[in-house]
Amino acid sequence: MAVVAVFVFLLLRMTAGDPAAIIAGDNATARDVADIREKLGLNQPIAQQFVIWIGRILRGDFGESFFFKRTVADLIAARLEPTLALATCTLVLAVLIAVPLGVTAAYKRGSWIDRFVMGLSVLGFSVPAFVIGYALMYTFAIHLAWLPVQGYQRLADGLGGFIQRLILPSFTLAIIYVALIARITRASVLEVLGADHVRTARAKGLAELPVLLRHALRNASVPIVTVIGFGVAVLIGGVVVTESVFAIPGLGRLTVDAVLARDYPTVQAVVLLFSAAYVMINLLVDLTYTLLDPRIRY
Amino acid sequence: MNGARLEAVGVAMPAARPAGRSWRLPRNRSVWIGATLFSLVVAIAVLAPYLGTTDPSAIDPVARNKRPGAERVIRHDDGRRSIATYRMGTDSLGRDVYSRVVYGSRVSLIVGISVALISVAIGLVIGLASGYIRWLDGIVMRVMDGLMSIPAILLAIALVSLSRGTGLRTVIVAIVIPEVPRVVRLVRAVVLTVREEPYVEAARALGAPTLTVLARHVLPNTVAPLVVQGTFVCAAAILVEAILSFLGVGIPPETPTWGNIMAEGRALFRIFPHNILFPSIFLAAMVLAVNMLGDGLRDLLDPRVRKQI
Repeated sequence: MAVVAVFVFLLLRMTAGDPAAIIAGDNATARDVADIREKLGLNQPIAQQFVIWIGRILRGDFGESFFFKRTVADLIAARLEPTLALATCTLVLAVLIAVPLGVTAAYKRGSWIDRFVMGLSVLGFSVPAFVIGYALMYTFAIHLAWLPVQGYQRLADGLGGFIQRLILPSFTLAIIYVALIARITRASVLEVLGADHVRTARAKGLAELPVLLRHALRNASVPIVTVIGFGVAVLIGGVVVTESVFAIPGLGRLTVDAVLARDYPTVQAVVLLFSAAYVMINLLVDLTYTLLDPRIRY
Repeated sequence: MNGARLEAVGVAMPAARPAGRSWRLPRNRSVWIGATLFSLVVAIAVLAPYLGTTDPSAIDPVARNKRPGAERVIRHDDGRRSIATYRMGTDSLGRDVYSRVVYGSRVSLIVGISVALISVAIGLVIGLASGYIRWLDGIVMRVMDGLMSIPAILLAIALVSLSRGTGLRTVIVAIVIPEVPRVVRLVRAVVLTVREEPYVEAARALGAPTLTVLARHVLPNTVAPLVVQGTFVCAAAILVEAILSFLGVGIPPETPTWGNIMAEGRALFRIFPHNILFPSIFLAAMVLAVNMLGDGLRDLLDPRVRKQI
């Protein structure tokens, strides 16, 4: 995490365009630019800037956005809900679709459902999220007019609108994730199905469903959970794109806007936040291993 | 020369590649489909000026937002007339989408291939060094872990924002950096297993310098996995470039790239979906082709994996 912090900071300061010049605008004199630079602390040595910055981060103060003229913490708080809603929705949706698909594919190896899952996984990796997004938007929102085209409604403003507007973006994002999880589920369950204990379970006359769920899926769950954790990186990348396609005012959009405006404090905070979330989720994943597989101890 | 000496001493060199391996190539369907589609795109990119395209950046205010198949009469200066068809319509500035899509394949190819080559080259050097030189390993891997904990697209977006001018080179660098750690890990894993092999130990016992051992005995083992990884990197790079351009942080909008065409068509998507439709078909087909090529190559080069999956 510390490496990430140093890296994110240096990255954004090293060769960057001059934010002071951008804030000052086209008609500013050199003096105006220098004043702004002074105010933002951009003229201090880079190491000093870093120490100040990291100290503030640890106190939860992400500084003030150069561009939006609000504190970054405020800005993030305002944009957090849509992103969180979208990510959670996608995650739940993807797991609910992918795991049964993967198990079925492994169980009926070589059948049409197996080939469908494998085809879907290749397709899911190849078609970018925004293409899927536009395809879904065209079919369900514009052509069939079942769902709203774009936008976001806060949960507080009504559950119906909230869900309606989340369906398309979540499905869009979920497809890539489903591809990833289903493929691993299939491979992992397939491996376990060949194991001795599964044969024993069948031999003692257990029905197929308990065999699949209790004996196969449970033992196959560690790689599946791992890929769900790794997939969060894909999810975060997808959030940025999907929010732009569906005009959702979340953190992903904020990132793009901040990059376009060269608003370092915001970019730094968002990248750091996303990376922290990613690392945390993978830590959680590591911890669930002990629940899933008693042999693993830390 | 060194190899000859080792053989003279009686150290068995790794056996030559079995001749049968290359014969398996025609039987692998996904390599064939992938390679065919990929060469088709290469052909389109190379032959772009001869495929009935016009200047992809030419703006024509009269012919804005034409639907695909719309025709237009062009009056030449000498009084002749000819009819031009907008095969894929025009965008809101009147640029011919067909020409832009065709020329856009060039950018995608350049980005995909150069990112694959550069990141494999950098990753190979770092990976070899960190896998073979113990004290370097810890430091390098911590830095790589740090890099990998930032999601790739986010890192690329942040990197693009650094540079003063956005352009092809910036975008390539921004996509290379997140890909390098993945290559490094792969190479390092190969090196760690190979360095314990008897033939490497034998070479070292005979006093072969580190560089020679790396180049002659370790490097050849990394070729197969790197070819496979390279194709996947290429596919990922094409996707990321399109995403960056689509978000408006990639290659400047006047350059025809698939992402840029889609970004341009975004505003009027509800009325004129063709601006997004055609580039996305090309993009998806291209990435699919490269991914299939990679999948097929992996099966070919590593028979163990084929049995498992």
